[in-house]
Order: sequence, then structure tokens, then C-alpha cells
Amino acid sequence: MKICVLIKQVASEDSNLVLSSDKLSLNADALNLISNEPDTYALEEALQLKEKTEGSVKVCTFGPESSRQVIKDALAKGADSGIFISDDGINNKTPQKIAKIISDRIKNENFDIILSGLQSNDSGFAQVGLLIAEYLNTSHASLVMGTEILNEKSIKVKLELENGWFQWSELDLPSSLTIQSGINTPRYATLKGIMSVKNKTVDSFSKDDVLCDISSDGYKTTEMFQPIKAKETVRVEGNPDEIVDELVDILKNKIKVV
Amino acid sequence: MKIITFIQSTDGKINNNSIEAFAASQKISERNNAEIYLLTFDPSLVEQLSNYKSNGIIVSDNSKLENYNPIYYLSSLETVYNKYSPDLLFFGHTYETRDWVPRLSARLDMPFISDTTNFNFENELNFIRPVYQAKLSEKIVLENKGIVSFQAGSFSIEDLINGNSNSEKIDVDFSTVKLNVRPGEKFRESANEVDLSSAEVIVSIGRGISKEENIPVAEKLADKLNGQIAASRPVVDSGWLDHSRQVGSSGQTVSPKLYLSVGISGAIQHLVGMKGSKNIVAINKDPNAPIFEIADYAVVGDLFEILPKLTEQL
Repeated sequence: MKICVLIKQVASEDSNLVLSSDKLSLNADALNLISNEPDTYALEEALQLKEKTEGSVKVCTFGPESSRQVIKDALAKGADSGIFISDDGINNKTPQKIAKIISDRIKNENFDIILSGLQSNDSGFAQVGLLIAEYLNTSHASLVMGTEILNEKSIKVKLELENGWFQWSELDLPSSLTIQSGINTPRYATLKGIMSVKNKTVDSFSKDDVLCDISSDGYKTTEMFQPIKAKETVRVEGNPDEIVDELVDILKNKIKVV
Repeated sequence: MKIITFIQSTDGKINNNSIEAFAASQKISERNNAEIYLLTFDPSLVEQLSNYKSNGIIVSDNSKLENYNPIYYLSSLETVYNKYSPDLLFFGHTYETRDWVPRLSARLDMPFISDTTNFNFENELNFIRPVYQAKLSEKIVLENKGIVSFQAGSFSIEDLINGNSNSEKIDVDFSTVKLNVRPGEKFRESANEVDLSSAEVIVSIGRGISKEENIPVAEKLADKLNGQIAASRPVVDSGWLDHSRQVGSSGQTVSPKLYLSVGISGAIQHLVGMKGSKNIVAINKDPNAPIFEIADYAVVGDLFEILPKLTEQL
């Protein structure tokens, strides 16, 4: 099985999000950049599938120069090779544009399975893996909670539906799957794995290598801002005893549940 | 402007989130006189839907659409799009929507603004959606046509305007559709289901509870308040509580009189399941936890100090 994993570099949850003066970007110096957490589950699933099927795992990222790090991290964990696509000079990186660029790059690799996390923790559109399925004319599934290779032509996946329902679904390969967080326990890189990175190949591409039409944007983000708080929040403060006294009063006299 | 809202339904039951999306289209129409339509795959829903003020109900009725299958759904929407050429397609931001509408956007070559929470008319129509785990919002302007999905609870069913609309059927030709997915039967994993939706009081625990042995600290408080214990996803993923006690987009949606959140930071996937609660009391160590953004009462403190004392005092 030839497996591709899409990983995005994003700001970690504890990053300080400082808006730039254009209100369209963040102050990059204040960000702690990591592999998008949902994508790390996709990588782990790919590595497990590789072990079961004696396949290969190629990791692909699209982003700034700094995002070469997510490829290195994945190679250290056991991915075999990487594709880095620089976003330098590409404006308004919409999900469709990103998916077109990646599809264009990987279409001749004939991957059996393309895996990605269910969404990125930055823009959170939750679309790229599924757009690629349409652009490459593969089957797809989202919120995948389990995988089971049936044969060379099909895979069975466990899907998480709404309200606690699940479903097994059979898909023809090739397929693009977005992986639900918590599906597995992502491994750590071993020292041997880290040492192996320098012997693995990473192919790099830039805007000039993009052959598909990415001239249309479809939409524009005109501004980012702090969310407007919808509610008045009462802060309950003090030492634990004072807090408890006030909470008792709130539960008894304000919310009246006691 | 023409807007079509897809009404998602399962076994004759309408998904509330898609009706909320329709409420959004009614509100837009009030501002710019947009023509608004409803689209359903279930003819039995026409009577109910005809009570809402719209320009019409489009019914795509075919046995292949009875159960969710992304491939048939895509073909049907493509046919509807080609016949009606709407400027905007609206959806509730549901798991199903997330599964098939990205593909629709690729097929129709229209951008998909997912997980939208609001719109406004500053100069032109803007859509607002959360980014960076809801720590920031972004404002989006479509260049031309687009698909928009609305986060649960962004608009209210109570604001729906009643009217009397007609319906018309549209036939879809599925003969050339290549089926590359074969969905199986739906199932639940939990043996003992708990219905949290009827609970008056819910004490809900998150990552901050630290370990399974600590859960009784919260359970005792729930008992004292005659309430139910619930949890956010990490607690359930760790196997400490049954899946049926999970609140959030992958669990239950609740709106109790009191939602007492303990050690929950408030990821957006959790918030959508509980933000409709009448009163939200949140206890968390981190003063910047997003849960405080929607809390009525915010307590920054150590749950292990506060909960036992609170249980004792009640």
C-alpha cells in the first residue's frame, strides 16, 4: 500500500495570538509552531497500516519554510519520505487552493490511501482531505475511528456519526480519509528514528511547480478580531471558602436548583 | 440573490441545525429580499416545512436518498444546483455536512465557508466564523457564489417566520453514478444509554479531573444536586465514563437549568453541545480557558479544593 499523510504546521494551543496591524495575520514571533494535533493521529494510523501491509508512507505538507519541521518529525517517527510545497508567493490560501495544489503534486504518485486529520487547529475548515478526494476522484470518509484493510482494492472504516452513533463503511481504493482524534495513540520518535531522518528524501516544490489553475480565490478574509463576548460573566473570587459560600448562594438563590 | 437551504433529516426527523440555517436565510432575506428555498430529500417533511415563510420547497424524492450516502447526496445537490442556480447554498454544520459538502464545493467550484456563526451587512454581506479554536474570529466576503454552513445554535428556531409555501419535485438521474462507498448499518456502542437531554442539573467533568479515581469528587456533587454526571471528550476517550455521558458535537446536546462545568477548558466541539444551557457555572484553573467566555459564573480555582466543600455545604 502506498500511503500519503497530509500534515499542517499550526500554532500550538498555548501560543500567544497577537494580531498584526493588518488584522489579517498573526505576529509569527509569538507563535509556537507544531504539527497539527489531529494530523498526528493520521500519521500514526498511516504507520500502523504500513506495518500491516508492508507499505510506504510519504508525508506531505504545504506551508512556509518553517513547516519543513513537520516532515522531519514525521520521518523521525517512521515515515519513509516527504514532499514539501512552499506557500511562498501564494496569496489567500483557501482550502480549495491548498487542495488543488496538493492534488496536482500527488496525482501521479498513485497513492492507495491519503490520510489527514479531521481539521486544522488554526483555520479549522475541515475540508482539504475531502476536496482532494473530489479532485483526484477517489472515495472518501471523514471522522474515521478505525480502519481495516480488506484487500488491495478496498478498505473498511469505522465512522463516528452524530449523537453517539457509529457505522462501518466499505470504500473502494484509492481513498482519502480524514481521521478523528483519539483513534490511536501516536508514537514518539526513537533515537534511531531521529538519526534516520538525514537519509530520507524530501522533495521540495514551489509556486513555479504548480501546474493547476489557482487564480480564483472564491472568498476573501477581510479581517480577524477577538470574538465579541455574548454574555456577562460574573467572576466568583476569593479563597476557597469564600468561593464556596458564594457558589452556594448562587445555586440556592440565583439559579435556584437547591 | 437566491438561497437554498438543505434540510437534513434522518428517518423523517429534521436536523435542528439545518432549520437554524434556514432561519439565517430568512434573516438575510429580510435585509436584501433574497429568494429563499428549502430543499428536502424526504417528501413526508413537506407539510411541516410549508409552514415556514419561503419562496418554495424543493423535494428531491428518491429511494436512494432515504439513508445518507455521500455519493447520491452529491448527485442530487448537483442536479438541484444546475436547475435553480442559487447564489448561496446553506447547511447546518453537522457531521454529515462535514462529510459530503466539501466535495460538493469542489464539484461546483464554489468556496465552502464552514462552521459560520453569524453574518452582517457592513457594505456587503459578511460571514463570521471562528478560527484558532474560537480564540479569534474571521470575517469573510464571498467573491461570487458560495456554500455556507452554520454552527449549531448560531440562529434560533424560535425566530422562524411562518408562512405558506408550495413545493415542487425534482428528478435526479442516478444512472451514471459510480458508487465507491458502501455504508453499513448504524450502531451504538453503549449498553446503558443515559439521556442527558432531560436532566435539570448536569455536573460535567473534563481533563482537569486528572484521573479516574477523582471522578467521585464530581459524582458526589451531582448526587447532592439531583443531577447527572457528564463529561467532555478526553474523559470519555480515556474510558473513565460511558460514551453516552459525553456532551459535545460527538456526544449529546444539552440545555439544563444548571450546567456546572468542572475542569473543562471548552474546546469548540464541547461548547456546541452545552452552550444553550440556562445557567453555566464553570470552574477551571486556567483563567484564559474558553469555557469562561460563555459562562454565567466563572470560578478560577482548584476543583479539588472547591468541590468537596461545596458538596458539604449544600
